[in-house]
Amino acid sequence: MALSDYCLLERLKKSQTNWGDPQHIYMPPFPQATPFISRRTSRFGPPNHVLTVQRPFPLSHGTTTLGFIFQGGVIAAADTRASAGGLVACPAVHKITPIHSHLVVTSSGSGADCMLWERILIREIRLYELRHKRRLSIRASAKLLSCMLHPFKGTDVCVALTLGPRVIYVCSDGARLQGDIISVGSGSPYAYGVLDGGLSWSLSKEEAISLAREAVFRATHRDAYSGNNVDLFHIDAKVQQVKQCKYVCSQRLRD
Amino acid sequence: MEYLIGIQGPDYVLVAADNVAASSIIQMKHDYDKMFKLSEKILLLCVGEAGDTVQFAEYIQKNVQLYKMRNGYELSPSAAANFTRKNLADYLRSRTPYHVNLLLAGHDESDGPGLFYMDYMASLAKAPFAAHGYGAFLTLSILDRYYRPDLSRDEAVELLRKCVEELNKRFILNLPSFNVRLIDKDGIHDMEKITLIAK
Repeated sequence: MALSDYCLLERLKKSQTNWGDPQHIYMPPFPQATPFISRRTSRFGPPNHVLTVQRPFPLSHGTTTLGFIFQGGVIAAADTRASAGGLVACPAVHKITPIHSHLVVTSSGSGADCMLWERILIREIRLYELRHKRRLSIRASAKLLSCMLHPFKGTDVCVALTLGPRVIYVCSDGARLQGDIISVGSGSPYAYGVLDGGLSWSLSKEEAISLAREAVFRATHRDAYSGNNVDLFHIDAKVQQVKQCKYVCSQRLRD
Repeated sequence: MEYLIGIQGPDYVLVAADNVAASSIIQMKHDYDKMFKLSEKILLLCVGEAGDTVQFAEYIQKNVQLYKMRNGYELSPSAAANFTRKNLADYLRSRTPYHVNLLLAGHDESDGPGLFYMDYMASLAKAPFAAHGYGAFLTLSILDRYYRPDLSRDEAVELLRKCVEELNKRFILNLPSFNVRLIDKDGIHDMEKITLIAK
């Protein structure tokens, strides 16, 4: 963290906008796949850099992460594949990071950005606790992360905070949503399909774990950018790493 | 994707907003509140780009409250609307413009009820009725046809219900429920949520 201060983190370029193109200003709002002006410009590449993979709609982040609340606490689950375009860069990545005794962060998006922002968040939460002698609340942690990310609209970070009695989704484009079920990533529609059907408040801990595992498994089955293992965390009063299923993709789950 | 609507009556303003918080094609939340309470009698309804809405609306909200703390009295709806518009205009040609569409509704003791339409280009218009979003294309004609300046509160809710039913019938996206609030001289009142069953 000292290195980041030495490198003057705040001097990183602020996000560029597309206002230079006059067509955008005068265009009537026709239904398009992306109705709002996209801020995603390539800051670190040449100006005419084009994404090699064309997606039908802007669902990015090659991962599946999910978090939900039930009577026994909170479950956070994620796959462990790090993809770079069409390459599986690493099959065993930890996308869920405990950042406090009661807080766990699931990340999706650019791996480097996520790791950096997790560390920054850990630092800020710890500093607050030391300065004010009390813990930062969960919603305040989410708001802190959201406000810290606001000047960096355009980086490909997407962090879903899964913590304590709340599941909060924080995104680098500024969204901050609290909910009961949140799933983030390219595999999230598939995970939602399984979760929405099977989730209820009164699940037991084992049922909730197997539901989360099933949801991530189905997502890894259909989504090319998610795969390999499933990381699972269960949060009660403290973080407990419950299970790490091995080689989910080659296993047939018939629980 | 999102929908806001406001109808001004002789001594009240009725506003409604949908409850969906979406990310690309996924509905992430079904009970999201898009209305921000600026003061006892002013509501700001805000839709637009994901982070900009909350950031901008909370910025305006805190500044309006700060004004009250410093000066001892609240901003009028027209002053709050002009303040909001000024901020939008200032940021418009900066490097970080706010892409938000707003409806500001309020009740003033001297001026009466007011509904202000603002969009991301920092335009401001005081209107008897207004709507934002793709749903506006479908419902503005209904408002044109049935609106009268002397609508009673029940008639206004009925008109709102007509608009929402039209959306349910013809709009491609599913907007199942709407928050409804009414502002009059006694403040902001929560009304019954409009929930429709998909046909």
